[in-house]
Parts: sequence; structure tokens; C-alpha cells
Amino acid sequence: MAREIPYIAAVNEAIQLEMTRDETVVFYGQDVAPSDEDPLVQAFGRDRVRVSPISETAEIGMAVGLALAGYRPIVELLMAEFMLVAMNQVTNEAPRLRYMSGGQVKVPLVLKAGYGFTAGWAGQHTGSIYTMFAGIPGLKVVLPSTPADAKGLMAAAVRDDNPVVYLMHYLLVLEHGDVPEGEYVVPIGEAAIRRPGNDVTIVATGWTVGKALQAAEALAGEGIDAEVIDPRSLQPLDMPAILTSVEKTGHLVLADQATRHASAASIIAAEVAEHGFSSLKAPIKLVTALDATIPYSEPMEAFVLPDEHKIAGAVREVLGTASAVA
Amino acid sequence: MAERRGRRRAEAPRTRRRRTPAAGLQPETALDLLTTMWRIRCFEERVAKLHHSLQVHGLVHLSIGSEGVAAGVCRQLRDDDAVYSGHRAHGHALAKGAPMDRVMAELMGRSAGLCQGLGGSMHLVDAEHGLMGATGVVGGNLPMAAGDALASRLRGSDRVTVVFFGDGAVQAGHFHETVNLAALWELPLIFVCENNGMAEFTPRSAHTKVASVADVVAPYGFERQIVEGADVGAVRTAFGAYLTQARTGAGPFLLECSTHRRSGHYEGDQQSYRDALADAEWAQLDPIARLEALAIEHGWIDEATARRLTAEADAEVNRAVQFGRDSPPLTAEQAAGLVYAS
Repeated sequence: MAREIPYIAAVNEAIQLEMTRDETVVFYGQDVAPSDEDPLVQAFGRDRVRVSPISETAEIGMAVGLALAGYRPIVELLMAEFMLVAMNQVTNEAPRLRYMSGGQVKVPLVLKAGYGFTAGWAGQHTGSIYTMFAGIPGLKVVLPSTPADAKGLMAAAVRDDNPVVYLMHYLLVLEHGDVPEGEYVVPIGEAAIRRPGNDVTIVATGWTVGKALQAAEALAGEGIDAEVIDPRSLQPLDMPAILTSVEKTGHLVLADQATRHASAASIIAAEVAEHGFSSLKAPIKLVTALDATIPYSEPMEAFVLPDEHKIAGAVREVLGTASAVA
Repeated sequence: MAERRGRRRAEAPRTRRRRTPAAGLQPETALDLLTTMWRIRCFEERVAKLHHSLQVHGLVHLSIGSEGVAAGVCRQLRDDDAVYSGHRAHGHALAKGAPMDRVMAELMGRSAGLCQGLGGSMHLVDAEHGLMGATGVVGGNLPMAAGDALASRLRGSDRVTVVFFGDGAVQAGHFHETVNLAALWELPLIFVCENNGMAEFTPRSAHTKVASVADVVAPYGFERQIVEGADVGAVRTAFGAYLTQARTGAGPFLLECSTHRRSGHYEGDQQSYRDALADAEWAQLDPIARLEALAIEHGWIDEATARRLTAEADAEVNRAVQFGRDSPPLTAEQAAGLVYAS
């Protein structure tokens, strides 16, 4: 049975269920359950639910050691940018140990962080920096865009035997949606078709999925039938689903909140250019954040970000209908 | 260059009477420590030669001069105790029980290597023998070891975690974060610092004003002490005392071992930044020469036994090299399957 709950509640529900299901799951981070009255502390005790100091390198490095010793830690990092101070552990230790050890060890851990909080939080708490992680062999990166996926991908991340960067979108945490009750797992690496269509493929991630769906609704009024695909994870990336869609529509627009040259969009564009070129009837169009630090000023913040109008405009361009509408 | 690298027994003064007490060493323990140290020394001297002839390639860091720390610490550990090491890990691996032939095959990049040839000298892992992670980034192993110790705490297990690092790691942030958390959460972790006074190519004085690593951790209030790394008996005794406590869940502890890095930072390092030691000076800093002299003096071994230990270590190295040569590299298909756990 599904019922409507917010995205953030879905994330927490998954953590609670996984901790109940598997006693090797531990959860810690800055400001996690500071009170002993916290339901997680009540349920699982202070051994498994810990407050850590502001020490990202130690927090993440300890998760690696815990994982090597048979635990499944979830580290609360709050903001994706806070992982930057611990990049050696995130990108150079956790994901490489299995391979460098010739497969002797596994490193199951979840790095949980929010991202993309473009709501006046200025230049250092708003980034969509997922390709910094997605480019690292050995890491997995998931970007849930719905409450149901927020739950199902957290469960999958905890159960995965690899390090997973779990990025929840801070502009979506209060969004409500249908979420299945009980244990619910969304396999990592399977894209979701959010809206089927025949004329153009729009691939969007995280917060831009909603923007792409709004654009698709507007375009429907113009007789344009857009298909919206949400990859849900960037590593692994479900290229077969995207290529199948492009084969059908012949047109591709990529919406991404990341800056253009560090976007998932640019990676997908390269893959389609190499593997789906013969399907394309027009050049690929990228609708990303501009290559700038996210500004504090509200109009400037909106200026650098993609939105539904920019996405719709890009669709009109690739379909050659831009001038007719303008 | 040749005179800078560790030479054999010829440099050790046989007749010098050591004032060092036997440090509680039993004859069989001394024999085991000597055997371990000779295995490491002979292995690394061969690695240097193989590196020169390109049979071992890439970046290789030797630990000649600090075998006493590896032996004094690791020979007291169980297989299920975890050791986290760094880029200078050959000695720790061999002393912890990693089979020499598979360590050599790893350095030669072969599929029979510990890590199937994918890790190499800086990333030795032997999970079966508790060598859990050797990392190439100075200090990167420190928080991992703390996490491993937390696992023991959560399980209520008596296993102990040991992390080796150099004094160069102490000026890095991950050292302070790890020490703070290990102290805060009272983890059964033993920090073993091999303080050779050199951080890569520059002396300690260029890196910090703090005299010792033990001073750096003083405010955290856990037990710490400095021993001479060349005195393997002292290393063994001091570490053993911490190990006994850590088995009961106590910790952390710091054992700072002053050592001399006989070789360069990496193999091929011209070492223009320092003068070569006089032979007599090196003999004082060579843990093998010192224990051998002590053992002969106490009559635990005779000269013939000492020569036999070296010859046996050399023979084992020969077999290990042959083992490596006989093993093919991993195929691309086999390696591709190891990027992710499925």
C-alpha cells in the first residue's frame, strides 16, 4: 500500500527500516540525533546512532574502516560540498580499495548528503557537484527525484556492496508523493520514464525532472509530445534506456542543474553522440546551470539556473519550431 | 648510491657490548624477530635490484632501517587483528603474515600477487592475514583504522587495530581528526608512528615546531611513549603492554618509534638532500645488527646460526622471485570484474 508522505520522511523511513532489518547498519554524522529522545536513538541505541564532530575526513574514513570490518555505515554529510574536504576518502580510498586489493574486500557504505539548495544559500551550499563522484570507478551515485525513489534508492544504497553517494535534493525534501509502505527497493542503475512521448527525449535529473515535466506539459499544448527520462543514478548510468528513447524520438534535450562542463548532461551527450548519432535528426541541446558560482542575488540565481521555460525553448530549437512559437 | 643502501652484516660491529637490556626477550622470540627482520631486509634489497632491472616497475618505497618496528609490532598480532599501513608497507605485510611469494608477485604485477597485481607496492592488502589497507596517500589510512577499531568496539570483540604512519602524516588534518575521534570514542586502536625524521625529502624541522609526535597528542590524554625503533626488544615490550590493554577494549595508544630511513624516499631517489651515514653510525641504527649482536652476546645464537638465517631468507626471496616470474598478469576481463562488487 502506498500513501502520500514527504520526500524527507521517505528517506528517514528507509534508514529506519534498513537499521531494523540489518544490525550491521550504523548511522552517524554531524548533528545526527543530538537528543537521546530521538526515535532512531530510542530504537537502535547510541552505539549505532552517533553524533560526530565536524570532521568529514575522519567520518568518511571511519566509514571505510567500518565497511572493511563488516558494517554498513550511513554517514550524514548534510551538504554535498562538505564531502569536498574529505575527497581523498570519498574518491581515492573508498571506491578504489576493492579493485586495488584484487577483489579481496568490499566497501559497503552510504554517503548521504543534500545538494542543489538554490534558495538563497549562495555559492557554497547549492552546487550540483555529482559528476565529481560519478566519474570515479568504484563509486555509485544516486539522485532520487521523487519520494518513492528517495526511499527505494536509500534501501538499495544500504544493501549495495559498494560505496554509494546518495544525493537528496534539498528543494524536493518537502515535496509529497506516493511512497510504498514497508520494505521497498529501487534497483540502482535503472532509469525511469516519467512521461512517455514520441517527438523529443528530455533527460533530466533531480530537481530538473519536475521542470522537464512542466515543460513537457506546456509543449503538449503546442502539439509536441515529449518523453521525459530520469536516469535516477549517474553511476551506473542507464544509457540503454536513453538510447532506446532517442532512437524513437530522434531529438535530445538534456536538463541538468549542474554547471555545463561538470554536468551529467555533458556525459550523456557524449555517449549519445558516440552510440546514438545515427538516430539523431538534430544536434543535442544542453540546458544546464551556467558555468558560474551560484549567486546569492535572487534574480541572478534564477538567471544561472535551468528552468521549465529554458527547457521548453531548447525543445523548440531542436525540433525547429522555435521561430514559429516565438 | 650503492653505499647508501642497507648493506649486510659486514657493517655490524660484532664485538660491541650493548648496554641495552635483553628487554624481556626469550631466545626463541629473539630468533623469530631476527628471522622476520632478515626476511624483510633480504626481500627489500632484492626488490631494489629488481627495480633497477625493471622487473619491478613504478613507485617503490623501501623500509630498510625500520624492520624492527614491523617485527616488534606485527609478530605479536593475531590474523584477525587489523593492520593499516601506508606507502612503505613491505615490512608490515611480511611481518603480519602475508606470504612472501605473493607479496613479490604483487610487486611484479602478476596475477598470483596478493592483489592480483592491481595494487602494487603502495596498496598491499592481505585480508586473510589482517593487512586491511595500505594507502598511497600519506595519512589516508588513519581514519580507516579508527573505523575498523570502532567495529571491534561495536561487536565487543577483543581484536585490536594497529595503524602505521610516518611523522610526515602528523601535520595533515586527517591525523588530528582521527586522533580526536579515537580518543573521544575510546577506540581499541594503537597508533604506531615510525618517526624517521624525514617527511619525503625534507627534515622534520621544516614541517613543525613540535618536537615529538607524542607531544602532539598529549592534550588528548591517552597513553603514549617514545622508543628507539632500532631496539626491537624495546618496541616489542612497549607495544605488548599496549596490546594487552587494547585487548580489553581500552584505547587508543600511541607508540612513537624513532627510526632511520636507510633508503631514499622512493627507490631511485638520489638523496641529494642529505649526507650518507658513516658505517659505524648506521650500525647503531640498524635493528638487525643490534639484535644479532645482542643474541650472539647472550649466546642465544652463534655466528653460524646468524649466517643461516640470512641464507634462508635469501633462499626464500629467490623462490618468491621465481614464483612471480611464473605467474602471468591478470587479463583485462578478469580485472574489469573487480571494479564493482556485485
